[in-house]
Order: sequence, then structure tokens, then C-alpha cells
Amino acid sequence: MVLELQKPRPIWQIMFSTHHTDVGLLYLITSLAFLFLGGSLALVIRAELFLPGAQIIGDAMTFNRIFTVHGTTLIFLFIIPFASAVGNYYVPIMVRYKDMAYPKLNAIAFWMIPPGGALIWLGFADFTWYATPPYSIISAPGPAADMWIFGLKILGISSVLGAINFIVTILKCKHPDMSIGQVPLLAWSFLSSSLIILVAIPTFAAALLMLLTDRLGVSGFFNPAMGGDPIAYAHLFWFTFHPEVYVLVIPAIGMMYEIIPRFSRKPIYSYNSGIFAFVLLSIVGFSSWAHHMYATGMSFTEKTVFMVGTLAAVPASAMHVFNFIATMWNGRIKFLTPMMWSVGGIALFFSAGAGGVANAAMPLDFTTHDTYWVVGHFHLFVMGTIAFGSIGFLYYMFPYVTGRMYNETLGKVHFIMSFVGTVLVFFTQHVLGLYGMPRRIFDYPPIPEWIAMNQIATVGAMIIGISMAIFLANMIYSSGKGKLANTEDPFGVGGKYYYPFEAKNPSH
Amino acid sequence: MGGHSNWPEWIYIGVIVAIMVWVGAEAWDAERLVEHVPEDAETIIVTGQQWFWTFEYEDGTKTIGDLYVEVGKAYKLEIVSKDVNHSFNIHDYVVLMDAIPGRVNTVWFAPTEVGTYDIQCREFCGLIHYNMRGTLIVEEAST
Ligand code: HEM
Ligand SMILES: [Cu+2]
Repeated sequence: MVLELQKPRPIWQIMFSTHHTDVGLLYLITSLAFLFLGGSLALVIRAELFLPGAQIIGDAMTFNRIFTVHGTTLIFLFIIPFASAVGNYYVPIMVRYKDMAYPKLNAIAFWMIPPGGALIWLGFADFTWYATPPYSIISAPGPAADMWIFGLKILGISSVLGAINFIVTILKCKHPDMSIGQVPLLAWSFLSSSLIILVAIPTFAAALLMLLTDRLGVSGFFNPAMGGDPIAYAHLFWFTFHPEVYVLVIPAIGMMYEIIPRFSRKPIYSYNSGIFAFVLLSIVGFSSWAHHMYATGMSFTEKTVFMVGTLAAVPASAMHVFNFIATMWNGRIKFLTPMMWSVGGIALFFSAGAGGVANAAMPLDFTTHDTYWVVGHFHLFVMGTIAFGSIGFLYYMFPYVTGRMYNETLGKVHFIMSFVGTVLVFFTQHVLGLYGMPRRIFDYPPIPEWIAMNQIATVGAMIIGISMAIFLANMIYSSGKGKLANTEDPFGVGGKYYYPFEAKNPSH
Repeated sequence: MGGHSNWPEWIYIGVIVAIMVWVGAEAWDAERLVEHVPEDAETIIVTGQQWFWTFEYEDGTKTIGDLYVEVGKAYKLEIVSKDVNHSFNIHDYVVLMDAIPGRVNTVWFAPTEVGTYDIQCREFCGLIHYNMRGTLIVEEAST
């Protein structure tokens, strides 16, 4: 299965193409570019926090802009487009269709990403990734803030268009011989996350417009000075973005469902439980959004309702962990780079979930909320689970995309350094949160515990940074000079468990 | 799939659900107690604004930055904001409540030891958010 042709083509042929593997390639390269851009900002933040006092950034405004663009970039310009890249390459093949359902729409959805990204990077807003009013209305400087709003608007539309395309491709274009209960779990993950997008995003799209008109002074939805209420924004925002965290994580889990059985040389333990967990999460995920708002003054009853909603979603996540471990159990596991990333990702997924349960328990959240604990919590997901799953999958796709093998030793070095770095940064940040350090601060008082833990986190981040440089070098070198891959079975694990329905796939 | 029975997974799910029920019940019970404001609590109005805290006591006096309380007494804090969102936090006493313009949020606490403790803002509020700090001063009871 060669997904991408090896013979060189002029760049414009790929850029103007609507073929799913070409659009996939565009998504892939764009998302990786933003991974490195956004990641560099993280290193700047960590360097600044190495010691109290101003280190390398002169002022708080610049610091605020940097962490805002860091978060926005990695969520909207790395994680989401990377998932779209994988979906573009694999979903049509998995449902045995010649392309995405709407190829032109597919290309349009991709081409909305560069302008969206440009608005965010050229503006460099400072109001954090949730643009909370009234700060974002009365205090945040324009045009950066307005550019961010437009950028997010464009990216939101792009992901809705992408979602429609995945849903139609899977439900309507799958091969008639194939029932929905035979579609591989990776494709199922795209179906579930796309359905969440369709339901969740419009709410934030509306909130963004309201925010914009509030900024223009023609409305006062969220501006108390004009009779509005900032809490309304918080509800609209989290109604979109709590489900959206599952949009981010579900495709990464799907990628692990592709890798783990293959490298364990065993079929997936329970295909049905994988589907069940995806669908359950997509539904229950909508009942927990206000767990981000315990400290906004909600009543006891409201808090209880959202705590129950949050805890109810945990079994659905935990089922995947079981499924992965049961699949590996007694398998003849071959620990090549993609497998290492997946297994590491599962371990961090589990730790992240355990921390999430603590956040959800209302009295504990008053200790952790808006401290570094929360930063540690969600980075164990976005970095530890999603980026790990994605990077592992990138190594896995690499021979199919380029026809060549990456350097296995460097791949393993990359994994080990990133894993150690991730543990150092984000576990430490949990503890730092328990010591009370608020997030989003440019500088901090010289409390000895805070200094020590910030330094550990900074060292960890630098280790990740170095490993990412190794990764980049490996990708660039190997795509041109790596040894030719055996595209029938690049990892030497045998084709039998390629994926469960491979035998029927005519494109192999 | 493939015909093997799935009982280990059911047991596992059962255990997870049981843990969640336990966490939820404990949290519910603890929060219920924590939220019960004592009758005799003294009210202090806490105002957040970019980038400092003002405290107004029952006798009408005001302090900026430093909050004075007496050990062993209960205090009910009414938290308000003059501009953007802030979050009033005394980490050592697990006091955390957002200050949101247009709303009055309440939280209570009873200091147990004489001494000074850090007060900070835990919700992003702009330029000097990082230094929107203050001090809680717990003094001996006067009577
Ligand atoms: C076991 C499942 C999970 C539970 C129980 C859980 C619980 C929570 C809770 C209660 C908070 C609020 C913490 C606070 O602000 O005080 C939170 C924050 C967060 N969670 Fe999770 N979570 C889970 C899974 C995830 C996943 C899968 C992701 C992402 C892919 C994620 C991403 C986030 C993010 C981004 C935030 C913080 C947002 C912010 O304040 O900037 N969580 N989580
Ligand atoms: Cu959430």
C-alpha cells in the first residue's frame, strides 16, 4: 500500500490537487510546521520561568502573547490538522472508496488553515486561549485580538467542513460489502470525533461573533458595563471546548488502535468495546462542560450535576486503556518506534485521566483550579497522549508516504528523550500546582519549592526540544536518503494483522 | 471479537464505575460541609481590580493588599470585581473564588493559626496578573 507516489512532482501539482493523499500531505506538512513553531514558543516560556525575575522576555505583555499563541497554535494548527492528515490518508482506504466524498470541499477545508494560522501569528493576541470577557472586550489590545477572533472563526469553519466530509465518506461512501460494524477503529474514531465537531463547534462560532460585536461596542452580551454577563461566555466556550478535548483525543486513540494490534501481532482484544467507548464518549462528553467553572460561583447543585457528568465519562476513556493492554497481553510485541510511542502514550493517558478525576471532585478543584496542576493535567493529554499517538503514527506512516524508512535508532532516541522530558515537565507541574503556583504568570516570588520545580520543568522541556530537533533531522534526511522501504511490510511484522479487513481491500 | 468471553473487561469497568461513585460521593459530602457558612461569620467585601485587592470590613474600614483577620473567627468573603475577571485565592486555606464584574460570589474560611499567608490572583487578568498579590495577616483574637 503506497499511499503517496514516490516520483517527484512539482509542488504546485500537490497544492492544486484535490486527491485525498495530496490533501493529506498538505495537512501533514502544515501541521508539522506549526508543531515546531508552537513548540519553540513553549521553550521560550520555560526559559523565562527558569528563575524568578525577567530572564529572556522583557515584559509581561510579550509573555502573555507568547503563551496565548503557543496554546492556540498547538491545538488548532497542529493537533487538529495532523488528525485531518491521517484521516485523509487512511479513511478513504479503510472504507474502500476512491477519495473523500467531496474532494473539492476537502481541499477548501485545508486551504482555510494557512490564512487562519497567519491571522493568529501576525496578530499575536494576549488574552489566553479562551479569550475570556470582559478582559477580551475591554482590555485586550487590537488588532491582535480581532485577528485572533477571525483566525479562530476560519479554523472553526474548516473543521466543520472537514467533519462533514469524514462523516459522509464513512457513512455513505463505504464499500457496499462492508457494514458499519466492519469499519476499522481508526475510521470509527474519525466518525465519532466528526460528529462531536458538528454538534459542538457552532456554539463557539456564535460566541466568537458575539465577542467581536462586543469588542466593536455594538452589543454587550458579555460586557457587564452594558448589562451582559461574562459567565454566559464561559458556558458557551466550554460547551464547545469540553467536547472538543475529545475531538482532539479520539483520533489519537484511533491511531493507537491501528498500531497496537499490528505490533503486538494479535487482533484487537475487543473491536466492539472500542466502538462502544468512542460512541459513549461522544455522547457523555457533552454533560460535563462546567467542570471548568466550579470557582465561578455556581450553586452546589450545579456543581454536583457537572461533577457527575464528568465522572460518568471516565469509564469510556478507561475502556480504551483496558483494550490496549488486553491486546498486548501475550502478544509477540515488536517494540519499534511507532509501538513505543503508542505504549508511552497509553501510560500517560492513564496518568492524565487519574489527575482529571481529582479535578472533577469539587472540593479538590479549589486547590488545583488555575494552578500549574491544570497545566500539567491537560498537557499529559495534549502532549503525552495526543502528540505521542500522532508522532508514533507519523513514524508508522512514514514508509507509506515517502517510500523510505526513517532511522530506527534516532526514532527510539526521540521517544526516550521525549518520554523522560514529558514526565519531568508535566508530573512536576502537577506538584507545583499543589504548592499553589498560578498558571499564566510571567514572574513569581522566590519561593524555594516553586523555583526548584520550575527548574525541573524547564530542563525537561529542553530535553523534549532537543529530541524534536533529532526528529526533524531524521524526517528530513530519511525522506530523501533513507533506505528504501519494503512497502508490503515495512516493519517486518507480517501482513496478517494489518488491519482486520485488509484481505478484502482491493487497493492493496 | 473472535469468540472469547469478555468478563475481565466487565470486571474492570465495574471497578472503575465503583471508584467514580466513591469519588463522587466523597466529593459531594465534603463540598456540602465546606459550603455551609457559619451563622456568626463576619462579612468582608473583597474587591479585585487591575491589579490589586481591596478589603472592606464590617466596621467600614478599608485596607489595600493586606487582609487582617483574627484567629478562630469565621469570615464570609463577598467577592466582587471592578473591571475584568480575577480569582481570589489564599492557597493555604483553600480559599478560591472568582471575582466577576456584575456578580457577588461568596466564600468563607476560619483561620486556625496566627501568621501571614500569601494572597494571589489565580485568574488571568492582564498585564500585572503575575504580581496581583497580597498578604493575609492572622492576628491573636482581640477579646
Ligand atoms: C478522564 C477524563 C478527564 C477528566 C475527568 C477531566 C477533567 C478535567 C477537569 C475537571 C478540568 C478542569 C480543571 C480546572 O480548570 O480546575 C479539566 C481541564 C482540562 N482538561 Fe481535562 N479531563 C479529562 C480528559 C481530558 C482530555 C482527554 C483532554 C484533552 C485532550 C483534556 C483537556 C483538558 C484541558 C485543555 C483542560 C484545561 C483547560 C484550561 O483551563 O485551559 N481533559 N479536565
Ligand atoms: Cu473539560
